[in-house]
Order: sequence, then C-alpha cells, then structure tokens
Amino acid sequence: MGAVMVVSKENNDLIWKRRTSKEQWVNWFFWLLGISIVLFAWNIISEKTVWFFVQDAPRQAADMGTRMVPPKWSYISKLVKPVWDTINIATLGTIIAMTIAIPVAFCAARNTTPHSLVRILALFIIVSSRSVNSLIWALMLVFILGPGILAGTVAIGLRSIGFCAKLIYESIEEIDQNQVEAVKATGASNLQQMVFGILPQVLPTIAGVGIYRWDINIRESTILGLVGAGGIGLQLNGSINTLAWTQVSTILLVILFTVFVSEWVSAKVRGAII
Amino acid sequence: MNNLPDTSTYPTIWDKPPFIKKAWLRWSIIVGATLYLIAALTSMDINIQRLLEGIPRGQRFIDSFFPPNFADNRGVVWEGILESVWMAIISTVAGIALSIPIGLGAARNLAPLWVYMFCRFIIAGSRTFPEIILAIFAVKLFGFGPFAGFIALSLGTIGFFAKLLAEDIENSSEAQAEAVKATGANWFQWINYSIQPQVMPRMIGLSVYRLDINFRESAVVGIVGGGGIGATLNTAFSRYEFDTAAAILLVIICIVMVLEYASSILRKWVQ
Repeated sequence: MGAVMVVSKENNDLIWKRRTSKEQWVNWFFWLLGISIVLFAWNIISEKTVWFFVQDAPRQAADMGTRMVPPKWSYISKLVKPVWDTINIATLGTIIAMTIAIPVAFCAARNTTPHSLVRILALFIIVSSRSVNSLIWALMLVFILGPGILAGTVAIGLRSIGFCAKLIYESIEEIDQNQVEAVKATGASNLQQMVFGILPQVLPTIAGVGIYRWDINIRESTILGLVGAGGIGLQLNGSINTLAWTQVSTILLVILFTVFVSEWVSAKVRGAII
Repeated sequence: MNNLPDTSTYPTIWDKPPFIKKAWLRWSIIVGATLYLIAALTSMDINIQRLLEGIPRGQRFIDSFFPPNFADNRGVVWEGILESVWMAIISTVAGIALSIPIGLGAARNLAPLWVYMFCRFIIAGSRTFPEIILAIFAVKLFGFGPFAGFIALSLGTIGFFAKLLAEDIENSSEAQAEAVKATGANWFQWINYSIQPQVMPRMIGLSVYRLDINFRESAVVGIVGGGGIGATLNTAFSRYEFDTAAAILLVIICIVMVLEYASSILRKWVQ
C-alpha cells in the first residue's frame, strides 16, 4: 500500500499526525457545517419554546413524581384484560404482517421477482408501510373500522409488512444460488425451486424476523390505545387525562414488565432457532 | 451381479425434513398456537355490524384522500415539515452526545461493573418506553411545542444509539487497543486513537439511520402535542381535511425515501 505516515516538523523533531493538513481542513469544514446546522435548528426550536414552562419543569417533575408513588397495586386486576388485548394485537398483527410480507419479499428480491415492474411495486409497498408510523395507521383505521382491537391489529399488521419484507428480501438476495441450481437440475418447476431451493435457506431468517418484529410490536401496541385502537394504551390515556397518577405509574410498571418478558421470550426463541 | 443392494425397499418419494426436528416439540407448538389463536380471536369481540357499516365509510374516507391537497394549507404543512426536520436534527445530535458517555460506560471491556450496570439500566429504561410515552410526559413537563418533542426523541435516541455503540465497542479488536495503550497513551488518547476509529464507520451509518427514525417519530410525537409535522397531521385529521392529511403523508413518505437513500449512499461511502 502507498500509505505514508503523516508527520509534521517541529524543532527538528518529527511528530506523528493522524491526518494530512488537507484532511484536517476537510474535517474542520464538516464540523463547522454540522455545528452551524445544529445551532440554526436549535435557534428555531428555541424560538417556539415557552422558556417559562421549561424552567418550571423540575418542579413539575418532582410534583408528578410524588403523585405517582406509591403505585396503586389494586388497579392491576383491571389491567389483565388490556394486557391480554395488547399481546393479541401484537401477535395477530405480526401474523397478518408475515402472511403478506413473505410474498411481497419474494416479489421484491432481485433474484425471485417475476418482473421488474412488480419489483418496483413491491418496493413501494415496503417503503410506504415503513414510513407511516403504526399510530398514524391506527388513527386512520379507527375512522374506518371503528375503535377497538381490530383497528389496532390491522394497524400493527400494515406497519410491520415493510419491516419484515425488507429484511426477508435482503436475505433472499443473499442466498446460495448453487442450491437452487441443484434443485433446478432435478427438473423442478419454478415454484418447486422456490419451495425446495430458496425457502429452506431463508426460513431461519423468516422465523427470526417474525419473532423480532413481534417483540417490537408488543412495545408499539402498548400505545395504540391513545388513538382508541385498543390495548393498555387506552387505560394509560384515560388515567393521564383524569390525572390518576398512581394508576399511571402502575400501568407503566405493567408495560415495563410485559416488554421485559417479551424481550426475554424473543431472545430465547431466537436463540433456539439460530 | 448379486452384490448390488436391493433398491426396491428404498422409498421413492422424498419428503422435506421438517423445520423443527423434534416431533413432540413440533406438535405441541402447533397445538399450542391453534389454542392461542382460538382464544385470541374469540376475545377480540369483533362487531360484524360495525364492520359492515365501516366499509362504505372506509370507501368515503379513502375517496376524500384523493386528490391529495397540497395547495390549500401549503404554508402550514411546509412549516410543520421544517419544524420536524430541525427537531429530528437537534434531537439526533443531542441524543448521540448523551449516548457516547453512556455507551462507553455500557461497554464491559471499558467500564467497571457498577458503571456498566448503571448505564445498562439507563439504556433498558429508554428502550422500553416508546417515544410517544416519553413525549406525553415531556409535554406534561415542558408544555406543548417542539421542545417537548425534542426531549422525547433525544431520550429515545439514547436507548438505540448507546446500546449499539456499547455492543460495537465490546466487539472491537483487542489488539489495536493494546497497541495504543503500549505507547503510553492516556485514557482519552486511548479511546480516541484505538476505539473511536474502529467504531466510527458504523456509528456514522447509525446516526444517519437514527436521524431517519427521529424524523419518522417526529411525525407522531405531534399527536400528543410534541410539535412538528405530527401536530399538523393531527390538526388535519381532526378538521376532517383528509386531502391535506393525504398530502402530508405523501410528503413524509417522500422525505423518508430520500433519507433512506441518502443514508445508504453515505454508509457505502464511509465503509
């Protein structure tokens, strides 16, 4: 390699430098640019901020903190059904998402897509599903399907399609083509090649992605209640609006526990698969 | 000729080996999953009447999305988008600035056990609660507006960035760290010349990715009062201006696409 050690000369001593002076200038320029952008952005946000409220925040936080302890433990009995609903929203939503995401992924992968136009359509589905947050999906679906668990489930499903399909199609593109070739050599049809050549290679990814997304969805479905789409968020929103802070802290602890358990389950299952 | 094995007893049909090899495990998963599905679906309490009502309503809803109306509320939409962009930028920067010390502390090969536990605890706390819950509390504390959104997104960034930074540091090469240490470098020089160059490429990619996430999340923190395009979107929904809402959603999708493309290019360029 032509790498040369960069040195500068000071009092006849050679001193090691990390960058050449040109690199140094470019580096400084990018820092200057970055800091200017951040300061500019900060300026705009700070203009729109009522600083009095911000200064008051520590007192507010302390006040809220004292109102939140001790958590109202008796409220937990009323949270069993909402937690069950939350888990159902996440699980059924993930199932919906995976059922749609797998065909979409096969259409989006360069090596399995039937046509490049289909591929563009599939990529568009992936991007639009990913860019719209599940809360916004839920907001729209509550208008259409009415408030309740169904709207939440469909929202989680629609939101997860993009994520799952993206990870699956990337792994389809990385498969070992030799195995597909071998299956093809036995006289298999296109569909058979897919089922026996490609699917076994991506099955661990599919299972892993499904579990991973389920874990994320548990977290996401805890908030869907804010817009009326079912789950524990409904109770959270109600308690915040009625200033029942001891209930709020109970709900937060229950959410913390649920997320913790789901993370543990997903880590175990993924460990067993991979 | 008789030393050839008798092939007539071999099966002629090949079956794919099952994905889960233990039969009892496979069957108990299938049975368990079926029971769960039945329980879940029956407790969902779907109102068919309401659904049938919803179909024409949904039709009207979707119709009122088209054509997306970019013109009528252009000023407000533009302002909301810009606010979201600025919010995403400063919350990413602030979040990363907070993540670096926490990430260093959460790497087991750099930090003593009590620092490690403390930093991991912060990370776990930040990761558990979705940005929107953080935003609800930030709005309660700091009042309506983008500042609350900024706080919520910065806190959300910590859980993501510090965790990945810590994992990357733990995976970094021992040998380089050793070599720099052998030159007599102090702690800051050690971090700066041995750890930082190893984790930097991935971190740059991740910061752009997080910027992308923060922009997307800024579209929802507005729903609970955290400012940005989410506030505009929420207003459009509550005023039943669905054509404007459609326009906002399209703008969000476009910006996310551009950001995603830009981040993939930047990541290739850095690595």
